[in-house]
This record gives sequence, structure tokens and C-alpha cells, in this order.
Amino acid sequence: MLRAIGVASIEQLFADVPPEVRIRAPLDLPLGKPEQEVYERMRALADRNVSCEDEISFLGGGMYDHYVPAIVDTLTQRAEFLTPYTPYQPEVSQGTLQVMFEYQTAISELTGLPVSNATLYEGPSALGAAAFLARQHHSRRRFLISRGVHPHSRETLATMSEGWRMRVDEVALRDGVTDADAFADALSDDVSAVFLPLTNFLGAVEDLAPLLDLAQAAGAVAVVTCDPVTLGVLEPPGALGADIAVGEGQALGNRLDFGGPSFGFFSASERFLRRMPGRIAGETRDVDGRRAFVLTLQTREQHIRREKATSNITTAQTLNAVAAVVYLSWLGRRGIVELGELLLQRTDYARTRLAAIDGVQLLHEQPAVREFAIRLPVTGVDAVRRVIDTCCAHGVNPGHPLGREYPEFDDGLLVALTERRSRHEIDRLADVLGAALATPHVEGNGRPPAGAGKELAR
Amino acid sequence: MTEPRGANATESPLQRESVLTIYEKSRDGRRAFVAPHSGVPERSLETLLPTHLRRSEAARLPEVSEPEIVRHYTRLSKRNFDLDSGFYPLGSCTMKHNPRLHERVAALPGNARVHPLQAPRRAQGALEVMWELEHALAEVSGLPHVSLQPSAGSHGEYAGLLLTRAYHEDRGDQRTKVLVPESAHGTNPASVVMAGYEVVRLDADADGNVDLDDLRDKANGDVACLMLTNPSTLGLFDPNIEEITRVVREVGATLYYDGANLNAILGISSPGAMGFDIVHFNLHKTFTQPHGGGGPGAGPIAVSDRLEPYLPRPRLTRVQSSEGWVYDLDDNRPKSIGRLRGFQGNYGVFVRAYAYVLSLGADGLKDASETAVLNANYLLARLKERGVVEYLSSAYDRVCMHEFVLSGAGMKRELGIRTLDLAKRLLDFGFHPPTVYFPLLVDEALLVEPTETETKETLDAFADAIAEILREAREDPEIARNAPHTTPVRRLDEAGAAKRPVVRQGF
Repeated sequence: MLRAIGVASIEQLFADVPPEVRIRAPLDLPLGKPEQEVYERMRALADRNVSCEDEISFLGGGMYDHYVPAIVDTLTQRAEFLTPYTPYQPEVSQGTLQVMFEYQTAISELTGLPVSNATLYEGPSALGAAAFLARQHHSRRRFLISRGVHPHSRETLATMSEGWRMRVDEVALRDGVTDADAFADALSDDVSAVFLPLTNFLGAVEDLAPLLDLAQAAGAVAVVTCDPVTLGVLEPPGALGADIAVGEGQALGNRLDFGGPSFGFFSASERFLRRMPGRIAGETRDVDGRRAFVLTLQTREQHIRREKATSNITTAQTLNAVAAVVYLSWLGRRGIVELGELLLQRTDYARTRLAAIDGVQLLHEQPAVREFAIRLPVTGVDAVRRVIDTCCAHGVNPGHPLGREYPEFDDGLLVALTERRSRHEIDRLADVLGAALATPHVEGNGRPPAGAGKELAR
Repeated sequence: MTEPRGANATESPLQRESVLTIYEKSRDGRRAFVAPHSGVPERSLETLLPTHLRRSEAARLPEVSEPEIVRHYTRLSKRNFDLDSGFYPLGSCTMKHNPRLHERVAALPGNARVHPLQAPRRAQGALEVMWELEHALAEVSGLPHVSLQPSAGSHGEYAGLLLTRAYHEDRGDQRTKVLVPESAHGTNPASVVMAGYEVVRLDADADGNVDLDDLRDKANGDVACLMLTNPSTLGLFDPNIEEITRVVREVGATLYYDGANLNAILGISSPGAMGFDIVHFNLHKTFTQPHGGGGPGAGPIAVSDRLEPYLPRPRLTRVQSSEGWVYDLDDNRPKSIGRLRGFQGNYGVFVRAYAYVLSLGADGLKDASETAVLNANYLLARLKERGVVEYLSSAYDRVCMHEFVLSGAGMKRELGIRTLDLAKRLLDFGFHPPTVYFPLLVDEALLVEPTETETKETLDAFADAIAEILREAREDPEIARNAPHTTPVRRLDEAGAAKRPVVRQGF
């Protein structure tokens, strides 16, 4: 090969790299390993994590341990979906393009808004993308966001707004939901966009229609965040008067993966179609009149428009969208309603069981589909963590302590369900949590009791 | 070589079937999902959820059985060209082999079913993977501090620009402009605008390098940052790199290295050695995360000391204890730009990237880059030998790095076929075409990146196919102009699709 090139050594191919910018020493990394040794090393690392396979987990807060049907694995692992690039050559990418089109339809149907893109990175950055759209849409200087929106989304919005010189005002919660009076007071004609949660971080279903009416009247872009799995039973953002719906899509057929990759969804009213970020697949015909799909409205995008693009995104989460569309087909029109109703019933049962524990109170009494918050009879987030540790030692992870994100609820515990959490497991949670609260805790060392979990055994 | 297939090739019925969407296959009452019994004492739905909050009209998801779902998506998949089936020399995208070991380890329950809010103490293996990957990326980039959080290359660019802003503002310095060469990826200028900066375009000189005079003219105290891809999207390493970074550093701006082309220099040079402050990695390019038809990827960044305080929250930390290293996530970072997304980033991608680093090691990573550069130069030489350059001229007559640009201007003039026609005709030969019409500063551009995981035989076959297409075009240019002929669909009405967008199923 060198002879064909006309050089004597590979080194000559790097002649343009000046000696001053060369790396002298070899990289400080181990030498390569055979496949089986890499597998053993990776498995040993994975064994040091406590997964939802190892404990009964009630963790939620944006990602959920749903059952992912086997066909999702089968289909997403097909090389034809797994290994191609973005479908720039539509003649040989009809599979991916049609999946994108079907995905857009599903998201559009779920959220009740007419158009959807073909994924963004994940939930919080999807909210950030909606903010960028609003910021480009008009010159107003304020965002209004409910304190019930996921803390990571609020932080992401704050990060992004900094560069845009936008002010972000937070609307407080009252009785577990966005304070309607505070929202009305904060709204004015300098508000670019409002961000409201259909189900908030505390698990409460919010009554958004009146707030969205106010936002529309004030001319703000009305953005609603939602948990897609709840949309089988909840009136969707579009029907409530939202302009844009965004959220974390992991619950739709994607793994937990310690936080990613998943996908963010983004749907909108028709008037924002040409301002949407991300890829969009559209239907068309080929020269022979055959039905076909293609990336469309590309003049919104960075590779054509450069600094005038509606977003900088290129690689998004297409394979995760394949998982979502397979999952939603598997659930089907009736299944997503049945799943929502099942979650409502089990959540209600879990709430009742936990509220019956001595000293435990519901943090709010709002309706909840699959997640709710309680207050424990202990003081401070560290004490809540110790209770959690005790439960974990008995094989039950009772949920997420609220204190860091919500210091006002430093005795709070966020408990989430999926269809995988059976009545038996809920009963076990109630028993273990009750017992943990009945046992006095050693203050101070922050360590779980002896034998807690497998992390100490290793 | 692969036999070309012409207009009269036999069409596979599978490929050419008329397509229905999953919604059009829906029939009332069909289903795959069987809901578990709730097993709890049930209450009326009205009690649990007030009627005005309940969904009034069902979402029209499909009603299909499991076998139909499997068949539908399997058949759809066969309408894709994929990397496992053939050569995919898509420039700037680094379509290297995706080892399946990575899929296996990513799917282990100890990775796939770990909740992101699991206490760090119970996710030590995951945090160690992230720590080790951070170390490997720091080592490869020559920049010591890493954040894995950004989700893709453009997200990393955006993060780097926010770091730049935080750095300058922390010093009470208001700057407004970012220098971006003409040949840059479109994401660069788009990210600049998203970060609230103004783009100043830098010209290229006759050799495809940054025009130093233009740089010196435009570099001043208003400039916050220079974004550069080196090797550039022309596949050329800028030999003036030291002078470029010196000029920019002198005016107090930060230096951003677009890591899209990092596959050329692993273990040979590094952004740190060149004088850059910030780099993003495309783990879905250089580090083998499968592209998935457009993601997922991950775009970690590595930075120099002066930008470290501003890195996104949370940061990964570790301390030595009696039981060994203990890893944690640190949110207490007062100067941080904050979060860019939820949780810890695309961990599943980190698992694959780390497995890749373990497999290749220090020696293998360097080998990979050398082979990538060898393969690109060999393919270019082979094309020259086949007489292709007469029509497809090498845009710059230099040694290329891991990719190279050809201009189809001569082909268009002499043979009456455009780069697009050549690309479409390559599909009939069983090859994915290179990137076309990018970079913008080369007329009728064709950007070819073979990667290190292709054999000499594959490169030869590809060169032969291009030569054959040009030969065929001399006789009958219509074949290429009307190509592809053998794909599931042929050329599409893209203008119509954009004019009257149909972006969802009608019911």
C-alpha cells in the first residue's frame, strides 16, 4: 500500500504534523486486550452496580424501570437499524426514514399536537431547545418556569439562558402544584415562554388548562413537559392549549442505562413547524411514483443554514426512537390506556399503604398517575438517606430523597411505580419502610447498616 | 469488484413492495401487550383522576399483533443500507466497524438497568467506567479535565462556547465574536449563535490551510474563541497550527478543537499539544458507538486548566478509602456553567467507548489512526492510478490525513454528470457514497473517509467502481443521471416534500 502511495513509511504520511505538536511518549493507557478479557473486566465493573435486577426499586424522577418487551431488543439490534448513519441517502434509508415518520406520528398523537420532530437528545435539553425556539420567535426577555418542572430541566434552562441574557423566573408550588396565583402575577407581556409540567417532579397531575389560557392571552410560547407513559390517561398538552410539548422519552421502550442514551421528544403546533429543531422525516414520491420518505425542511438545519439554523443539532437519538415506536406499537391504542389505568390503581394503593405508616404523611393530595411524594418523620436529607439505606439493606430501594433539589421538602421521599412493581412488592415496600422508620438510626456516619447491599460485599 | 447493476436488474419483491405504515396495518382490536392484573383493591377512575384531567380522545396508536410488529420492522430494516453490509466511506462521519462485544456489555443488567438516581455508592462500577473513560479521553486529547455530559458533538461545541463565555466573564471581559473557518462543520456557526456569539468567518489559503493574514486581521480583543477542525474537513493537517494557536492566544481568546476528525491523530498529536483549550469527542465516530441511523452518540469535552472551574455540573470525583477508590458526583461547583442535560450523560455510550479503549489500548489507538491515514492515502493513490483524477480532481495536491476531498467539477464539465449522480450510481454498486457537497468551499465536493477497519480489497473495489462509473458515463451519462436503479426507491421529490410537508400519518 505504501508503494502505491509512493512513500517509504507511514511516518511520511504525517509530514504535515510539525514535530512541536507531536506526542513524544506513548499514551498512558494499558495495552490492548483480547475480547474475552475486555468482557470480564466490563462485567466485573457492571457487577459493582446495584441495578433494578438486584433490588425492588421505586426510583423514578424522570426515568423509570418499565418492562421492555423482547422485540425491542431484537429489532433495535438489527444491524440495518443499529449501524447506518443519519439517512442522507434516502434511496437506501427508507427503513429508518419510515420509522422516523411513524415515530413522529406516535408522538404527535400522544401529545395532541400536530407536528413532531424525530427526537432530540433527552428531556431537559429538549426543554432548552423549546426555549431557544421561543427566544428566536420574539424579542421578549423573560422565561417563566414552574418549580414543579424537573430540576435538571430547570438547571439546563438556567445554563442556556445565561448566554442569551434571558431572565428566568421560577413560579413556586402550592399544595404540590404550580401556584396559579403566583403564575398569573408573574405573567406579563415580556414573557417569552412559560414552562409548565403536566405531571410535576413531585408526581402531581397539574390542572394546566387555565394556566395555558393565561399564557396564550399574554402571547407567551406555552411549553408543557410531560411523561409520555401517562398520556394514555391524561388529557394531552395539545388539548390543554400548549404550543409545544417536550419531555424525556426513556419510559417508552428504552433502558435506564444509568441515565442515557434515551431521547427527548418535541412536538408543536403547526405554526412552529418551520422553526422546529432537529430532523424531520416527510412523505414524498420517487421518480417512479413510489411512496417514499425523506429528511425534509432541511433548510432549518445547520448543515445548510449554518449560523441561521434553528438549532445546532445533528446526531440525535434515532435508534432510541426505533425502540419507542416498536414499544408503542406493542402497547397499542388500548394498551397505553390500560397501562395508565394500572399505574393509577397501583399508585393509589401504594400511596394509601405508605400513608398508613406511623408518622408518614403525603406531601400533597393531588392526583398522581405513577409517582408521588411523602414526608418521613425524620429531619433532614441525611436522615432520609439513612432510612433509604436501611430499606436498601432489605432489598427495597424506596425512592429518591427530595431534599437536595427541594430543600423545603428535606424530609421528602419521591416514590415511583411501573407495571413491574407488583402489589406484593408494594406491600414489601410498606413493611420495610415502616420497619426502617420504627428503628432508631445511628446519626452521623452516613453509612448503611452492616450487610447493606452488595456494594459492601465486594 | 462488485458487479454493477443496471436499469434492467431484477428487482427484489421485498425491496420494491408498496409500503404501508404501521398505522395502515392497524385493525380494531388487535394487540400485542397483555396488561398484568393490578392485584390491588381498585377504586373508580373518577376518584383517582378528575374527569377534566382525563384523556377524552384516545391517541391513535396502531393496533397490531406481535408477529406483525416484528415483520413490519424487519421488512423496513431491509430497506436500509448499513455498515455491516457494505463500505460506508462517509467523510467526516468515521464509519468504522462497531464491535458487537460493546453491545453485549452495554446490555448487561448491571449497566442497562441501573437507575440514574441510584446512590453513587451503589453505582461504583458505573462511575469507575466514567472515571476511566475520562482518563483515556484526557490522555488522548492532551487536555486534563473531562466532562462526559454533552450528548453529541454539537452539544459539546455548545458546552465549549458556554465555558468560553464563563471564562471571559469571570475575568470581567466582554467579548462578542467567534472565529470559524469557512470549511468548518455547519454545527460550529450554529453553536456559536446558540451560545449568543457572533460568527466571523475565516478564509482558507490556496493550500486549504487557515489564511494566516486573514486570521491576523480578524484576531483582536473582541474575539472570544477560535473554533478549528484539524485535520480540517478537507482532510488536511494545517502545518501552521502553532502559529494559529499563538495568534489566537495572544489576543486572549480560547481555542476550541472540533474533534470530529480526531480519528486521524490518536497517539500522534493532540489538541493539547497543538495549544487548544477545549475539544469535543464524537464517541459515535472515533470510539465506535454505532450511529443508529442518527444517534445516539455522545460528545464529551476535555479542557485545559484555565477552563476547568467552569465545566458542567456535576463533576465526577474520587477519593481513596480503606476499601479502595470511592467515586462520587460533585454538584458543589460554584463557577460551573451548570447542567446541559439530565443525569450523567449517555452512559451506555461510555460503556461502549471504554470497552473500545480497553480492546485497543495505547498501541491499538495509535495503530487505528495510522491505518486510517494509510487507507485514505492508499485509496486516493488508487483512484489516481485508475485515472479517476482526470474527472475527479484531488482538491488539494497534498498528502491527506484520514479523509480526502475530490472535486467533481471536471466530471460535470467533461462527462455531464454531477457529484450527486456519481453518488447515486455508487448505490447500484453496493457502496454507500461519500459525503457530497461538503465542505462548501470545494465545487462539487466529494469527501471520502474510508476508516481503518476496511481492507485493501474493499478500497480497491471501491476505486474500481468509481472508475467504472466514469467509464460508463463516457458512453452513456444517462445511466448515472437516472441512478440509482436498484434501490428500494429511486430519486425522490425532495422539493415537493419541503413545499407541502407531510410529516405524520393522516387518519
